[in-house]
Amino acid sequence: MSSLRFTEQALSDWMRCGGSHSEIVISSRMRIARNLEHLPFPLLASAEQSEEVLKQLAPVFQGEAASNFGSFQLLKLDELDELDKKVLVEKHLISPNLANDSRGGAVILNEDESVSIMINEEDHLRIQCLFPGLQVREAWVRATAIDDIFEGSVNYAFDDRRGYLTSCPTNVGTGLRASVMVHLPALVMTHQINRILSAVNQVGLTVRGIYGEGSEAVGNIFQISNQITLGQTENEIIENLHSVVTQIIEHERNARERLLADSALRITDRIKRSYGILSYAAVMELKESAQRLSDLRLGVDLGILEGPSISVLNELNVKTQPGFLQKMFGDEMTATERDMYRAKLLRETLGSQH
Amino acid sequence: MLCQECGVKPATLHFTKIVNGEKTEFHICESCAREKGELIPGTAGGFSIHSLLSGLLDLEGAGKEKNAAAQTVQGLRCENCGMTYSQFSKLGRFGCSSCYKYFDSTLDPLFRRVHGSTAHVGKLPKRAGAQIMCKRKIDELKQELQQSIVEEEFETAAELRDQIRKLEKEMPQE
Repeated sequence: MSSLRFTEQALSDWMRCGGSHSEIVISSRMRIARNLEHLPFPLLASAEQSEEVLKQLAPVFQGEAASNFGSFQLLKLDELDELDKKVLVEKHLISPNLANDSRGGAVILNEDESVSIMINEEDHLRIQCLFPGLQVREAWVRATAIDDIFEGSVNYAFDDRRGYLTSCPTNVGTGLRASVMVHLPALVMTHQINRILSAVNQVGLTVRGIYGEGSEAVGNIFQISNQITLGQTENEIIENLHSVVTQIIEHERNARERLLADSALRITDRIKRSYGILSYAAVMELKESAQRLSDLRLGVDLGILEGPSISVLNELNVKTQPGFLQKMFGDEMTATERDMYRAKLLRETLGSQH
Repeated sequence: MLCQECGVKPATLHFTKIVNGEKTEFHICESCAREKGELIPGTAGGFSIHSLLSGLLDLEGAGKEKNAAAQTVQGLRCENCGMTYSQFSKLGRFGCSSCYKYFDSTLDPLFRRVHGSTAHVGKLPKRAGAQIMCKRKIDELKQELQQSIVEEEFETAAELRDQIRKLEKEMPQE
């Protein structure tokens, strides 16, 4: 087991402060995809060409211009062990794609892990900024500033008509994927979620699971992001997302209040049962723990539970992931052992020592 | 509800495809979905945005007769990275930035489907951007110039011509 700083703790420093609407919005993320002129995209690049991309991009963030954003460290993916990669994915610092297929892949992280710059992922460069709570505008300001720093040193593949050229046609134009992670248990419980999600789809946004494309929405956590990257300005994309998420927050808030007004006893029972089970169970599968942690999160917001804090729950969401469990309790683990250690971790964190 | 493909098993997958505002609903069972290659989101090795895109791209040739035009499209090749149009339509991804130039004739319908638009209006890189903005301004003025000639406003036309000449001279070089 290595002792990589970024994989030692479950929560990035930025996650510890809440940001606005943090009872519903977990985080806001901006991702900008960029490519260098002339060189083939990572899909077709040779080892030498990937190396060339890294050689051009890596030094930019060790320069003076970047020092406003903290100090940065470069990690080459092929120098990391599998477990560290897994943990970086679970913390959303790198994509599963970069972890699995990392020819010449690298990531540049700042100290508080709010900036993650991926090299040789699907595109040569992917700048990612993460902020807690609903802060899409703030996250964009930082992401575009970092983009400007790179643009000062390298030539991007850019076309007058098509904008920033990307490997996948779904990213062309702005290259911007703005997304917000939201926890919507009351909308799920009151069966309104599908109606809301299909409305979201109709205004050019898309909903995914928390680990991106193809992943499931576990623990009532959804990732809402823009679908369209061409024909809209960055500002339009961000304002659209901001306004839709604000409305969803409002709906979730109303649904929570209604739940409390109409079925206080049932909801209290459900939340306390989840607390009981998480505090005493001997075996705990990931799916169940995600669902029950979601109940706890709702319970804290509704004032039904006094502890634990939202920050501890955020931390547990990451720590109960397979990679992190292995990091804490030992490399080699069967699925049953993981479920056992997950239960142990939950018991110990939530107060029961049994 | 029964699967609309096999009519035997119950439909467990329901999705709506919206193409240019036209809505089509699908209700199919899992095994038909697998056969059709449209796997369920979230399952391993399954449905991805790239397989969806490649479906859209294939539509290009499949809908029409295999005529000469369709064959020309299939024969397109990027001179820079060597990717062919048929590879592009299978992978759903470009091989390099020059692919955009070599496949340009096919891209408008694709982008319209995916984004509802074909042209970028967002951020410009600062260095290349200054030149692009200048070029955009010149194009705009040229159109105004044409208009003023048609309307026989020659004084305005002369002013516009001078402005264009001045901008062309000042245009930042790459």
